Amino acid sequence: MNLLKIDRLCVRQGHGEVLHDVSLTLDPGEIVTVLGPNGSGKSTLLRAIVGAVEPAHGSITRKPGLKIGYVPQKLHIDPSLPMTVSRFLALPGRLSKSTVAEALAQADVPDLADRQMSKLSGGQFQRVLLARALIGKPELLLLDEATQSLDQPGSAAFYKRIEEVRDEIGCAILMVSHELHVVMSASDRVICLNGHVCCHGTPEVVASAPEYRQLFGSGTEGTLALYRHQHDHEHDHDHDNHHHDHAH
Amino acid sequence: MLDDFFTRAALAGIAVALAAAPLGCFVIWRRMAYFGDATAHAAILGIALALAFNIALPVGILASALAMGLAVSSLSRRGFSFDSALGVLAHGSLAAGLVAIVLLTDTRVDLAAYLFGDILAVRRVDLGVIWAGAAAVIALMLWRWSALLTVTLNPDLARASGIDPKREELIVILALALTVAVAIKVVGALLISAMLIIPAAAARMITSTPERMGLAAAAIGVTAVLTGLQAAFILDTPTGPTIVCAAAIIFTVSGVISRLLSASQN
Repeated sequence: MNLLKIDRLCVRQGHGEVLHDVSLTLDPGEIVTVLGPNGSGKSTLLRAIVGAVEPAHGSITRKPGLKIGYVPQKLHIDPSLPMTVSRFLALPGRLSKSTVAEALAQADVPDLADRQMSKLSGGQFQRVLLARALIGKPELLLLDEATQSLDQPGSAAFYKRIEEVRDEIGCAILMVSHELHVVMSASDRVICLNGHVCCHGTPEVVASAPEYRQLFGSGTEGTLALYRHQHDHEHDHDHDNHHHDHAH
Repeated sequence: MLDDFFTRAALAGIAVALAAAPLGCFVIWRRMAYFGDATAHAAILGIALALAFNIALPVGILASALAMGLAVSSLSRRGFSFDSALGVLAHGSLAAGLVAIVLLTDTRVDLAAYLFGDILAVRRVDLGVIWAGAAAVIALMLWRWSALLTVTLNPDLARASGIDPKREELIVILALALTVAVAIKVVGALLISAMLIIPAAAARMITSTPERMGLAAAAIGVTAVLTGLQAAFILDTPTGPTIVCAAAIIFTVSGVISRLLSASQN
């Protein structure tokens, strides 16, 4: 059974349609990346899955009782709000010390429990957000441009950690990014979004799709080369790869 | 014991300080200081209407404060330029209330009592209303504390945890209106914001978790009420403003203490 099935989703914001006719499914354990230019509706898609925006048409069917861990794009904590890492992880409930420690270890930041959120570096902050999303063993992890504030090595390390987490707890991951090369190397499937699904499939298929090149230019050849270089092992996933033809 | 006006004043002030502490934390964290002003100032209009139509004062105040809170929050949801809109509403409603009191009532109303409070004139029945309202605010805040905190951090994160941000916002607005209704007799419409903000801001500088900040704000608020009352008695000064002065002095002292502490750590 699919974890998530989105059928012809339309989302309106103000007078415009941010998303139209978006259909996709997510299976247990797979890493799917949503790529797209600014304003293409990537964040809106994740927010719709979480339930933060209502669909105008179409449906989002979650597996009954689906546990979702969500890492939002931005999280500004007002300096007037004192907040230790362990208190933040527990919200909106209370957690035992061992649960907090386990989640922090999983996100690779074991020593931060008593630090103030406002004193963390960008990388530490993102990993604490990841730790919070991992609490309660989610079956689906949603990451919205989780590495925006990180430098290149930092974000590469972050995505590597994500892949390891997937292997450890077996959750599916749907993430948004525009860092093509890092994302390409860590994904089973890529969805190219621009208000609608332009094309989707394995990273290789998407990177060579004309719709993708139209959005991102032809400078992405190098991305593909990097992808091939890093993924010369076999995947045991077998997904249908197809393009949708749309006039742009 | 309740026969003594000083004791009644102290009990009324303590109730307001305890209710204002947790709510004041959210007012600070959610940057609602102006929002608090607008709600409190609307109370003057509520008083004018209550006097004109012979409604119980707390009911009139509660209704007008609630109406203002809802109006402001619906404006913010429609994406108005918020700061200026709030400024217009806060000061516009205060001015309209002052004009309306003079126009609608023929008796000479003691405006200063509503603007700056009249804590020494708290009667037994007032004390009952104040404690009931304050208890309701404290219960609301305790009940919704974690959910409110999550929404304050990030509405989407709250959604993902099954919390409805709009509902929690309504709870803040309701608690704010209740606090205005019970605090007006104690510190007056103009200084309610001060009782919300100053103890919480002072508590911020010496605490490390939201819960400790709420508790410290309560302790600071109660201290300010008791020392302010004493000082007003000794110095023969207006009580509401003296209480707020005491809170401001505590704020300054805790600022200095936190500076010294962090300097000694580094």
